[in-house]
Amino acid sequence: MKMTMTQKILASHAGLEQVKPGDLIEAKLDLVLGNDVTTPVAVDEFRKAGFTKVFDKDKIAIVLDHYTPCKDIKSAQLCKKAREFAIEHKITNFFDVGKVGIEHALLPEQGLVGPGDAIIGADSHTCTYGALGAFATGIGSTDMAAGMAGGFSWFKVPAAIKVNLTGKFQPYVSGKDVILHLIGLIGVDGALYKSLEFTGEGVAELSMDDRFTIANMAIEAGAKNGIFPVDEKTLEYVKDRFKREVKIFEADEDAEYESVVEINLSELKPTVSLPHLPSNTKTVDEVKGMHIDQVVIGSCTNGRISDIRDAASVLKGRKVADHVRCIIIPATQEIYKQALQEGLLEAFIDAGCSVSTPTCGPCLGGHMGVMCENERAIATTNRNFVGRMGHTSSEVVLANPEIAAASAVKGEICTPADL
Amino acid sequence: MVTGKVYKFQDNVDTDVIIPARYLNNTDPAELAKHCMEDIDDSFASKVQPGDIMVAGANFGCGSSREHAPISIRACGVSCVIAESFARIFYRNSLNIGFPILECPEAAKNINEGDQVSVDFKKGLIIDETTGQTFQAVPFPAFIENIINCGGLMEYIKSKQ
Repeated sequence: MKMTMTQKILASHAGLEQVKPGDLIEAKLDLVLGNDVTTPVAVDEFRKAGFTKVFDKDKIAIVLDHYTPCKDIKSAQLCKKAREFAIEHKITNFFDVGKVGIEHALLPEQGLVGPGDAIIGADSHTCTYGALGAFATGIGSTDMAAGMAGGFSWFKVPAAIKVNLTGKFQPYVSGKDVILHLIGLIGVDGALYKSLEFTGEGVAELSMDDRFTIANMAIEAGAKNGIFPVDEKTLEYVKDRFKREVKIFEADEDAEYESVVEINLSELKPTVSLPHLPSNTKTVDEVKGMHIDQVVIGSCTNGRISDIRDAASVLKGRKVADHVRCIIIPATQEIYKQALQEGLLEAFIDAGCSVSTPTCGPCLGGHMGVMCENERAIATTNRNFVGRMGHTSSEVVLANPEIAAASAVKGEICTPADL
Repeated sequence: MVTGKVYKFQDNVDTDVIIPARYLNNTDPAELAKHCMEDIDDSFASKVQPGDIMVAGANFGCGSSREHAPISIRACGVSCVIAESFARIFYRNSLNIGFPILECPEAAKNINEGDQVSVDFKKGLIIDETTGQTFQAVPFPAFIENIINCGGLMEYIKSKQ
């Protein structure tokens, strides 16, 4: 058989017994996703081509998360176009301000994605759902339009890289450090066009939130998707959420991988990516003392409840340094409410943090924390490209929530042990 | 067949520098074109001429899924992007909107900034008129050729229904 997990899901959705790397196939889709930046372009393409019906109103998700609550008139016009399309086509899974969360935290939470699914999303971090044992990949607006019209998409079957995880985390190390370390090892195009297949005894050590964070940044290594095996933790997570039938795919014993990367979780140290590439990794020890002006804790990478708890465990009873702005963004309303009930938001406010309604905002330099010349942020987000969070001379350092929170207190990069 | 002057870029040109997110509150190609490559070369959009060609290193177009990236490059007059390799979403987006891109490591290495270059898309042939060198691009698979021949992805989907 010789198929990887990704290849098996693709074969199943294409109605084929067997696929191999390089095969071009057409696969049925379980969900097509878009946001307020990409959906309007898809709506134009959909209409321009003369389509009047979507393939399935229940298998499309439109999530207005990037510039919402709308930052300006133009973004309000984009949201209006997406909203009117959603209403016209009776899109079941349409999320607007007040109900919206950051798409890649929201969809798993709402049970709209699950094991065995094939999903495309007009957002590069759609690969997040691989954490649930799904094939999920980012595409553009025209692919979204085509997916909404036909319910299928073409794919080149990817070759795979196996990432074998062993060991257990040391303090202040989490999923973010695994993926930053991996990108540092293989580079920002180290998995170009390929699937990253995570496996090994270390997987059981990872919480679902760790797995979401890791799969989320597979794109930052150029990968088509990242994927985890389905285990008890996965099934527990989807049990009361996922509405469709759970389909578990396992890689064949003799599945072929182009290469194998070994990561011992016990040996990982808190890791950061310095500007301007996610592959520019250093351990926190190597960059301690680096001055920061802003801290962002949130995003589709690290805005889930365990991330918010990690940040609160450091910030509770402490104060953010005078020269630092610390912005905390729980990724969904459910997470926001949970954080409220657990007293985490109060701890943040007492520490001098800004706490925001869910939005992608600062991660892409959209709003809610844009930086000017020569400012530097440490952020739990996913990209640190030139100008990503504002001015082209501003800088973003990527880190996990505990490191970001500790750095907010000290005003320079450090670990909680340094406080 | 297109001919134009070459603008050269390095490895890992990301979609944030191709079209910064601060302009993504807009979908008008002409407006996006004004800011194309702004964060890597703020004079690019004003100096690029219709037909000019971008030549870049590995992993061109990495980062976000914004189709605004190839849309802005095409709208500012660029006729073709040649690169050592492309990030996969950018690659897909370009083909889907019918914007020609060619993968050719040899051309990406040897063509210089400012060279006059011609591209024959049918043959996948890249000719550096300044140095006289010729390069053969990686051909498209037949399946993708079919999408291009249909006039893009949307037309292809329509033809299937």
